[in-house]
Amino acid sequence: MMDRREFLAAGVGSVLFARQSQDTAGPSGKLFDPTWAGPSVLPVTARDNDAAIQAIEKRIKCTCGCGLDVYTCRTTDFTCPVSPKLHAQVLALAAAGNSGEQIVAAFVREHGVEILMAPPKSGFNLIGWGTPWLVVLAASVALVFALYHWVKRVTPVQAPADAGGLGASHAELERLQEALRRTEA
Amino acid sequence: MTLLGNLALWVAFLLGAWGALTGFLGGARGRADLIASSRHAAYALCATLLVAVVCLEVALFRHDFNVEYVAAYTSRNLPTFYTWSALYAGQKGSLLFWATVLSLFGALAQAFTAPRHRVYLPYVGAITSLVVMFFLSVMVFSSITHANPFERLAYTPVDGRGLNPQLQNPGMVFHPPMLYLGYISITIPFAFAMSALLSKRLDADWLVAIRKWTLLSWLFLSIGICLGMWWAYVELGWGGYWAWDPVENASFLPWLTMTAFLHSVMIQEKRGMLKKWNLGLIIGSWLLSIFGTFITRSGVIASVHSFTQSNVGYFFGGFLLLAGITSFSIYARRLPLLEADSQLESMVSREASFLFNNLLLVGIAFTVLFGTLLPILTELFSGTKITVKAPWFNTVNIPLGLLLLLFTGIGPLIAWRRSSLPNLKRQFAAPAAAGMLTILALLASGMRDLYPILAIGLAAFVCTTIAQEFWRGVSARHRQYGEAWLLAFGRLFARNRRRYGGYVVHLGILILFIAFAGYAFKTETEATLRPGESASIKSPYGWTYTFTHLGISQYNALNRQVTAATVEVSRNGKRVGLLTTEKRQHVDAEGNPTFQPSTEVGIKSDAREDLYVVLAGVVNGTEQAVYRFTINPLVWWVWYGGMIVALGGLIVMWPGGGSITVRRAQAGYAVKLVAEAKGTE
Repeated sequence: MMDRREFLAAGVGSVLFARQSQDTAGPSGKLFDPTWAGPSVLPVTARDNDAAIQAIEKRIKCTCGCGLDVYTCRTTDFTCPVSPKLHAQVLALAAAGNSGEQIVAAFVREHGVEILMAPPKSGFNLIGWGTPWLVVLAASVALVFALYHWVKRVTPVQAPADAGGLGASHAELERLQEALRRTEA
Repeated sequence: MTLLGNLALWVAFLLGAWGALTGFLGGARGRADLIASSRHAAYALCATLLVAVVCLEVALFRHDFNVEYVAAYTSRNLPTFYTWSALYAGQKGSLLFWATVLSLFGALAQAFTAPRHRVYLPYVGAITSLVVMFFLSVMVFSSITHANPFERLAYTPVDGRGLNPQLQNPGMVFHPPMLYLGYISITIPFAFAMSALLSKRLDADWLVAIRKWTLLSWLFLSIGICLGMWWAYVELGWGGYWAWDPVENASFLPWLTMTAFLHSVMIQEKRGMLKKWNLGLIIGSWLLSIFGTFITRSGVIASVHSFTQSNVGYFFGGFLLLAGITSFSIYARRLPLLEADSQLESMVSREASFLFNNLLLVGIAFTVLFGTLLPILTELFSGTKITVKAPWFNTVNIPLGLLLLLFTGIGPLIAWRRSSLPNLKRQFAAPAAAGMLTILALLASGMRDLYPILAIGLAAFVCTTIAQEFWRGVSARHRQYGEAWLLAFGRLFARNRRRYGGYVVHLGILILFIAFAGYAFKTETEATLRPGESASIKSPYGWTYTFTHLGISQYNALNRQVTAATVEVSRNGKRVGLLTTEKRQHVDAEGNPTFQPSTEVGIKSDAREDLYVVLAGVVNGTEQAVYRFTINPLVWWVWYGGMIVALGGLIVMWPGGGSITVRRAQAGYAVKLVAEAKGTE
């Protein structure tokens, strides 16, 4: 069973395909105006879908200014002239027998560490990786010490027995109910 | 109209100056005439800026392409819907939008602030007027900034450039104003905070005055961020919704600090503690909202969302610095007046858990800010440029986010003041068991990804906490008042919207966490298909989806030439439906291309997963198409989680919830009880 949306989509599709069939020939005919679809693209190869290649490309930034990694850029912004070239470079390096790390290192040699989507975990950049953790850790320790200090300053008071799991004693609950009754009245 | 618009900007600038002057003097000297004048100036400022907005909209709808802004962001064939939103599509228009909305909020604050909080209004009026004046100065001194939206060109183009295709999406009509409203409305709580500092009225009264404003601001930011994620997902075509882009981060920063404030303010209201911290959070949130504007407009950090680079950024940088120094100087001078009224009694108390929750929220805010600025800092100190993108942010923030989720569950389980061991055991038993059982079930089902397992396990913990809180509240009403279960549930909400609305927000947040966990199981593949050919992809649920390329059609639409590719989708051999993805070449009224072709994604969404199809392009102008097929699990829940968060925010904000006496009793009763209890002991 088709739902309403699919029925309409199929109807619109059939009209559109009927019109287009006047301009095309065969199962893979020419489009009415190919420029509407942007620059021509190359057919996908098995290497393009290789998970190892994609993993490498996700570590390398496209230099077109989009801020995306090479894989995301080449599969998102199909007008980018840079990411297909960087992809071809990754494929060429992989075909030459380089490992993932060697390919990434080759890009760093050529473009500097800025080409990486995240700074390397070495040298000065360790500060960049470690600072958030150190700050949060230091703040946590400071907070625990502060809490300990604050609590110590207070004279210990016997905690009233809790009632009903609401974090209040029976006496408190009764007094609260009485106050609510008075207010509502 | 541009003459009137320019005149309105100048008049507004002068009104802002008058409002600021009379507000400060009236507040300092207590002169009623100056205070009244400041209030009237706030109304006049708003009215004048509304005139300026109307002038710009008239120019936009009349296609007055002699106005540079109109020519840059609209065209004759731009749909009316988007012509309206062109008001804030560009730098100049958005500055006018910002100033106008802030003046409107300023006027609303003057008109609707409760009589007992009116003592703060002179300074509030002065501070909002000053901020509006700053935005107006950026526009009116256009010889330096080139940011006047009414600037005319030396010639009149036949047609405008049109709106960027990626902005021609319903999400972009609502997302920017929502974010702006969030950013802008923070100015009002900030103004109240500064007013409290300047007037030395630092009791909890100013907190009551800003309660609705802070919630409003937080709500707008939440909705704005969610709409931005939705827009990125459906429009940008990369298959995700959050990329840790600097401009995205800039919107997230004040949201985090405002969320921290909404929690810590409860401690000040109930116990008179954390006065310094709360004031610091409000000032910090406002500065972060200005920082976000600085990031978007300065070009100091590269972002795909930035406006065109201009020297407006220097103005914002200077303003940020000046405002930060001034605010914290006043804050520092008042520190001796901000001592706590009571002390923390136990480390195992809700106050302490809220403090850790605050630490995590502010810690994440620091991390996001640090990561956003890290490329600049590294270049400054080591001379080497680096890139800090999603891998860094995810590595650092995911563990902190999970800890935050843990505290979302812990907070409501611990009593105020102190918790006894039996109480803790009773409170934690069910939620902890639910969390552990969920983790074990996930492990038994073969899942081995640490973060998703923890996220879902912790979500189960938080969910049980919320359910337990509701159950106890409803059953208490049922038992004590004899109310029917449904009535008791309704009254529970009605009598304590803040608490139970807050739990609804928590529910939305945990749904968001589960949805984010689903992103770890995203799968995708690319394929080149001739009509009739198919490609298959396996979903994380084990199903095999087959996409059969049906063909490509081309047709003209209102302002674009469309290339639409359709695929038939089947799951495990059973037909699911059709999906169409498009390439759009936008054109002007003459039919000339205006922008690079853009991509429209085909999405089929259900509660389990999204099928996300992108037409990458065609091979040599034929119907042979290159597709990217992505399966995104649980994305549906990102949008619904966001809606639940917004719904919870609305419940918390909704006016009423009992008489003023009852609400005051609710706010202050805990302290009163303690005092009385101590008196009788």
